[in-house]
Amino acid sequence: MGDLAPAAGLLDTPARRSGWIPRLDPRVRLVTAGAFAVLVVACSAFGPLLAALAGAGAMMVAAHLPIGRTLRRVATMDSFIVFMLATLPFTTPGAPLFTLFGLPASQEGVVHAATIALKANAVMLMAMALLSTLAPDTLARALARLGAPERLVHLILFKIRYVDMLHQEYHRLRTAMRARGFKPANTRHTYVSFGYLIGMMLIRALERSERILKAMKCRGFTGRLFIEDDSRLGAHDIAFCILAGALATGLVTWEVMIRVSAS
Amino acid sequence: MHIVDGALSPPVLIGGAALAVAGIGIGLRRMPMEKIPAAGVLSATFFVASLVHVPVGPSSVHLILNGLAGLVLGWAAFPALFVALLLQAVFFGFGGLTVLGVNTVDIALPAVTVGMLCRAGIVRSSPRGAAIWGALGGGLAIALTSVCVALALALSGEAFIPAAKLVLVAHIPVMLIEAAITGAAVYLAQRVKPELFTAFGASTEHG
Repeated sequence: MGDLAPAAGLLDTPARRSGWIPRLDPRVRLVTAGAFAVLVVACSAFGPLLAALAGAGAMMVAAHLPIGRTLRRVATMDSFIVFMLATLPFTTPGAPLFTLFGLPASQEGVVHAATIALKANAVMLMAMALLSTLAPDTLARALARLGAPERLVHLILFKIRYVDMLHQEYHRLRTAMRARGFKPANTRHTYVSFGYLIGMMLIRALERSERILKAMKCRGFTGRLFIEDDSRLGAHDIAFCILAGALATGLVTWEVMIRVSAS
Repeated sequence: MHIVDGALSPPVLIGGAALAVAGIGIGLRRMPMEKIPAAGVLSATFFVASLVHVPVGPSSVHLILNGLAGLVLGWAAFPALFVALLLQAVFFGFGGLTVLGVNTVDIALPAVTVGMLCRAGIVRSSPRGAAIWGALGGGLAIALTSVCVALALALSGEAFIPAAKLVLVAHIPVMLIEAAITGAAVYLAQRVKPELFTAFGASTEHG
């Protein structure tokens, strides 16, 4: 991610906040994305999985995500898992489908690898559509209202607040290193320099946190979270839940029918 | 190394999630309100550090630094690293949702282990000795992480065992680099601000 411009905001998304998905309650989006992930991972037949992937793709379009950039991210993830998937056909016992360099590839292995790829891509697309469009602090508040522990929510809020600042500090320190002629290479000097850079950032972070604690204590911080609690689920939230529930039921019924007819 | 959704078997996913919840709970209980700013800013630093790419041969890898996180944060590394994985999964789409528990355990359990094994050595050593403890911890954390990832894969099906072996081998260069970088970071911190290794030490565990 080193190519990200430091000013862009690490956790900001390029999505336009228009359309109906950004208006959905963040809790609904979190629960839907989680339930979708569990459902997809539990499915194993191609039909339902393809339908889930198509649904996730439709959500990506509905969320107005920049399609090129989103698909590039998906492709990056796919490039991580391609090696693991590539070994499966040759390590799963079963009917040989083809042979590569004298190694038989089993049909079962190919099917297994394809289902994993389908599941991973469907869950990721849905998460990008429903979750990556959340403002970071909205995510923290939604988690708090779903019952996440107070200290965990504090931790998330702090992390969101300081990640950009520290990323900019990192870029300043790297610029300073570059100005002194530092070029990363496969040398001991490079690794030691990176170590000093990280160590320096940690020292500064601890000192900064001491000042933050003093400032917070001065304002009477006791650890309570103040989260406005007035927003209720709207009619469109409920409509979305009913629709998503119906689609999920359909998917489960389809999967079960396939399993029953196969057994 | 992240495991994606869809690869692991349900028992492994559920076991990982249960362990992660337990670890996060312990970490949060040992993190009094006073320590939240420090935990927050330090874990944001580790998040930024994990975006740093360092050269390895003709390619590059991103840092994990879970060993260093364990040395600095102790048990608080568990919730801190979970939040990092959560933000990555939500905003970058890396990692996956159902595997969040397993991925948290894979990264955070080695961090906490290294914190328990190596922190005392750092605290009582000169910067040079601390650097050796740090390097040991940094390397050990990656070794343990790759073992955990390999274990999660192998427990999910015999077909994954070659992939699991691949994970172990692929992490050897990462282990050496993380050892060097953690050692250097610990050396600097022990020389300039040794409180970094005691801020989340034994004294706060009862706080």
